[in-house]
Amino acid sequence: MTEKLEISAELKERLKAGYDKEWRKELRKSLPVKERMKIPRQKMPEREPEKRNRDFGEVNKGLDVEAAVLEARRCWDCANPGCVSGCPVSIDIPSFIKLIEKRDLVASIRKIKETNSLPAICGRVCPQETQCEIVCNLRKATGVPVAIGNLERFISDFERWEGQVFLPEIPPSTGSRVAVIGAGPAGLTVAGELAKKGHRVTIFEALHIAGGVLVYGIPEFRLPKAILKAEVDYLQKLGVELRMSFVVGKTATLEDLKKDGYDAFFIGTGAGLPNFMRIPGENLVGVYSANEYLTRVNLMRAYEFPFYDTPVVRGKRAAVIGGGNVAMDSVRTAKRLGAELAAIIYRRSRQEMPAREEEVKHAEEEGIEFHLLTTPLRYFGDDKGRVKAMECLRMELGEPDSSGRRKPVPIPGSEFITEVDLVVVAIGQSPNPLMAQTTPELRVGKWGNLEVDWKTMATGIPGVFAGGDIVRGGATVILAMGDGRLAAAEMDRYLKNGQR
Amino acid sequence: MAKVLRRERLVPNIHLLEVHAPEVARKCRPGQFVIVMSDERGERIPLTIADWDAKRGSVTSIFMLVGTSTQKLSLLKAGDDLPVYVGPLGRPSDIQNFGTVVCAGGCFGIAAIYPIARALKKAGNRVLTLIDVKASYLFYWEDKLKKVSDRLFVSARDSRYDSKEYIPYKLDSLLKEEKKVDRVVAIGCTYLMYRCAEATRPAGVKTMVSLNPIMVDGTGMCGACRVSADGKTKFACVDGPDFDGHTIDWPELFARRKSYFDDEVKSLCAFERERFS
Ligand SMILES: Cc1cc2nc3c(=O)[nH]c(=O)nc-3n(C[C@H](O)[C@H](O)[C@H](O)COP(=O)(O)OP(=O)(O)OC[C@H]3O[C@@H](n4cnc5c(N)ncnc54)[C@H](O)[C@@H]3O)c2cc1C
Ligand SMILES: Cc1cc2nc3c(=O)[nH]c(=O)nc-3n(C[C@H](O)[C@H](O)[C@H](O)COP(=O)(O)OP(=O)(O)OC[C@H]3O[C@@H](n4cnc5c(N)ncnc54)[C@H](O)[C@@H]3O)c2cc1C
Ligand code: SF4
Ligand code: FES
Repeated sequence: MTEKLEISAELKERLKAGYDKEWRKELRKSLPVKERMKIPRQKMPEREPEKRNRDFGEVNKGLDVEAAVLEARRCWDCANPGCVSGCPVSIDIPSFIKLIEKRDLVASIRKIKETNSLPAICGRVCPQETQCEIVCNLRKATGVPVAIGNLERFISDFERWEGQVFLPEIPPSTGSRVAVIGAGPAGLTVAGELAKKGHRVTIFEALHIAGGVLVYGIPEFRLPKAILKAEVDYLQKLGVELRMSFVVGKTATLEDLKKDGYDAFFIGTGAGLPNFMRIPGENLVGVYSANEYLTRVNLMRAYEFPFYDTPVVRGKRAAVIGGGNVAMDSVRTAKRLGAELAAIIYRRSRQEMPAREEEVKHAEEEGIEFHLLTTPLRYFGDDKGRVKAMECLRMELGEPDSSGRRKPVPIPGSEFITEVDLVVVAIGQSPNPLMAQTTPELRVGKWGNLEVDWKTMATGIPGVFAGGDIVRGGATVILAMGDGRLAAAEMDRYLKNGQR
Repeated sequence: MAKVLRRERLVPNIHLLEVHAPEVARKCRPGQFVIVMSDERGERIPLTIADWDAKRGSVTSIFMLVGTSTQKLSLLKAGDDLPVYVGPLGRPSDIQNFGTVVCAGGCFGIAAIYPIARALKKAGNRVLTLIDVKASYLFYWEDKLKKVSDRLFVSARDSRYDSKEYIPYKLDSLLKEEKKVDRVVAIGCTYLMYRCAEATRPAGVKTMVSLNPIMVDGTGMCGACRVSADGKTKFACVDGPDFDGHTIDWPELFARRKSYFDDEVKSLCAFERERFS
C-alpha cells in the first residue's frame, strides 16, 4: 500500500490558488454536499466477460461525458483534500475534477498535464485504490471514493478523440544534449520534461518499439498500443529523437556516448531480468517467464500468428505462478489464447495479492481459477521435453512475521499433481544488469538495483541520473514517472549550472 | 532501420547478408551476434557476425534457409530496410594465445568460425581448421579460411576434398595425431557441436561451442534462450553464446530448439500461400 506522501509547499500553494478561484466557490455553492452524496459512484462500462475473454479488445469502455460530469459532482472540492497526498506526481486533483464538472474539458486536461505527461496511461494502469482514492475524504466518510482514476482516463481520452493535443511552447535550444537510456515510462517522462526545457534529447531503446513494459508487458486489452503510440508521437513533436534497437552497454557504452557529445544521462532501463524458482523441470518446453510469454504476445503479436511470424504455445490447461499484475495479465492472456483452464497459483492468500483490485475482479469475471495458498514443486515433461504436469503443495497461514504479514507454511502431505501444458512463471523481475556490468563506476545495491541519491536521483557519476524500476526493482508506472520528473528537474539544473 | 548493402546466394540454401550498421561494426568482436527482423510482421532471429568493416560501417552474416524468417531474408535486395538490426549482442569469444587450436565449422558455422579463427591466428595460435559440408559444392569462403588457418581440412560426403568422414570423427583422430591440442572451438548446427564436444570429452580438451537456442530480445530480458550449463540455468544471449561444450545439457537444448516445430511449418505454409497467391 502506498504511504501518505508529504504535501509540499509548492503543491499547497497550487491547491490554494485553484481553491480560491471565484468559479470554484460558486461551483461549490451550486450543489450542497448532501445532494452530492446522493449521486452513486458511476460504474465503468465494461465489455461482457464472455465476449472479451476471447479477444484482445480493451475491457473498459470508458465513461461518457454525462457520467464523467456526474462523477465529478460527487467530489466535495475539499479545503484539505486527502486525495493529493496519495498521488506520486502531485496532480492538482480537485482542480481537474472541478473543471470536468464545469465542462471545461480542455482546461482540465491541461491541468493534469502540468504534472503528469502520460495521463491516458496512468488512468488505465495506476493502482488508484491504494494511492489517491484510498485517501479521498469521501472514502473516509462513506467508504466509496471519487473515481479519480476513471476521470483521469476520461479526460485524456477526450483529448485524444478531439485530436487537439496541446503542444507547449518550446524555449530556444540550450545547446545541451541529453541521452535517455530506456524508453519505459521513466525515460519517456524525462525526455518530455527536458525537451520542454529546450534541451536536445535522444532516447536509446534496446527494443524496436518504445514504451518499455507498457508495450511488451501490459496487454492490449488493458492498455491499447495506439494510446502509447500517441504519447510517443507527442514526444517526437516536442523534438525528442528516438534511437531504437540500440542497446547501451553493447551497441555503445555510456563512455562512448559521452565521447559522442552527450552532456547528461538518464538511466531508465527497468527491471527486465525474469526470476525463476529454480525448481526441477523449469526449462521444459511450455514453461515460460512472464516476460517471454507477454513479449511474444504483445510486442511480437503472437496472438495474430501466423499472420505475424512469432509463435507462442497455446495451452489448454494453463497455470500461472504469482499474484501480481504480471500474473493477472499472463493468465488472462492464456485464457484469450484458448485455454480451457487458466489458473493462478499463488502461495499466499487473496489479501496479500499485490495485483490491482480491478485486474483481480476482471480475471474472476473472465473465468480465471484461483488456487491460493498453493506453490509449485516441480514440473514433469513428456518424451519430447514438453511440460505435461506439475506437482504442487498446499500452504496455510502461520504466525505473523516481522512485517506483520502471516507467513505461508507448507501443509505436510498435501502434495498433489495436476495436468498442465502451459506454465507462466510470474514471480517478479530483477533490475537489468547490463548497464551496471558495462559501467563499473555505477553503484549497485543488494538486489542489483542502481543506487541513487533519492533527493536528486543522481548516481555517483557526475551528470548521470537514474530512476524507475532500475533503482526500485519492480514498482509502478507512476513511481517511475515520479522519478523521471524529479530527475529531469535536477538534470535541467545540472545542465544550466554549466557543469559540463 | 538498417539498410541492406548486399544479399547474395553463396551456395544452395546459404546466403550472405551485408548491412549498413556503423555502430555495430565499430563495436563488434568475434563470436558476437545480431538480432534481425526482416519486416514489421517478422520474427526476431539471431545471426552470428561473420565479418565486418568498421570503415565502411558494414556488418556481414551468413544464413542458412530453414524457415519463414530466413526465407524472407533471402528475398532482400540491396537498398531494402530492416526494421530491426541490433547488436553486437552476447559476449565475445575468449581469444588468447592458447597454443594449438582446432576450429571446427559446418553450414553457417563455416562463416561464423572465420572471425574467431582470424583472431586466434592473430593472437599467435597455431590454427587447424576443420570444415564439414554435405557435398563439395556447398563449401564457401575457402580463400578466407585458408588465410587464417595453418592447416585447412575439409570433409565432404562426396569425397572431393580431404575426406568424406563426418568431422567429429576427424576431430577424434586429429587429437590423437597432434602432440598437443589446447582448445577446440566448434560452430554449426546443434548436432555438429554436440558431436564435437563428445569427441573431445575423453581427452578432456576444452571445447567451446556457440549455442543457438531460440531467442527473442537477445538482451537477457525474456529467458527464451535458457540453457543448462553445469546444472545451472544460463541465458545464452548474455551469458553466452559461447559455452564449454562439456558442461551443456544437450538433450534439453535439442528439445527447446524444437519448441515450435509444428508452428514453424504452419508459418512457412502461410508465408508461401501469401507469396504465391
Ligand atoms: C506485465 C506487467 C504488468 C504491469 N502492470 C502494472 C500496472 O497495472 N500498474 C502499474 O503501475 N505498474 C504495472 N507494472 C509495473 C510497471 O510497468 C513498471 O514499474 C514500469 O514500467 C517501470 O518503468 P521503467 O521506465 O522504470 O522501466 P521499463 O518499463 O521496464 O522500461 C525500461 C526500458 O529500457 C529498455 N532497456 C533496458 N536496458 C537497456 C539498455 N541497456 N539500452 C537501451 N534500452 C534498454 C527496455 O527495453 C525497456 O524498454 C507492470 C509490469 C509488468 C511487467
Ligand atoms: C546466437 C545465435 C547465432 C546464430 N547464428 C546463425 C547464423 O549465423 N546463421 C544462421 O543461418 N543461423 C544462425 N542461427 C540460427 C538462426 O537464428 C535460425 O536458423 C533462425 O532463427 C531460423 O528462423 P526461421 O524462421 O527461418 O526458421 P524456423 O522455421 O522458425 O525455425 C527453424 C529452426 O530455427 C530455430 N529458430 C527458430 N526461431 C528462432 C529464433 N527466434 N531464435 C533462434 N533460433 C530460432 C529453431 O530451433 C528451429 O528448429 C543462430 C542462432 C543463435 C541463437
Ligand atoms: S479528497 Fe476526494 S472529495 Fe476531496 S477533493 Fe479529493 S477527490 Fe474530491
Ligand atoms: S533471448 Fe531473451 S533472454 Fe536471451
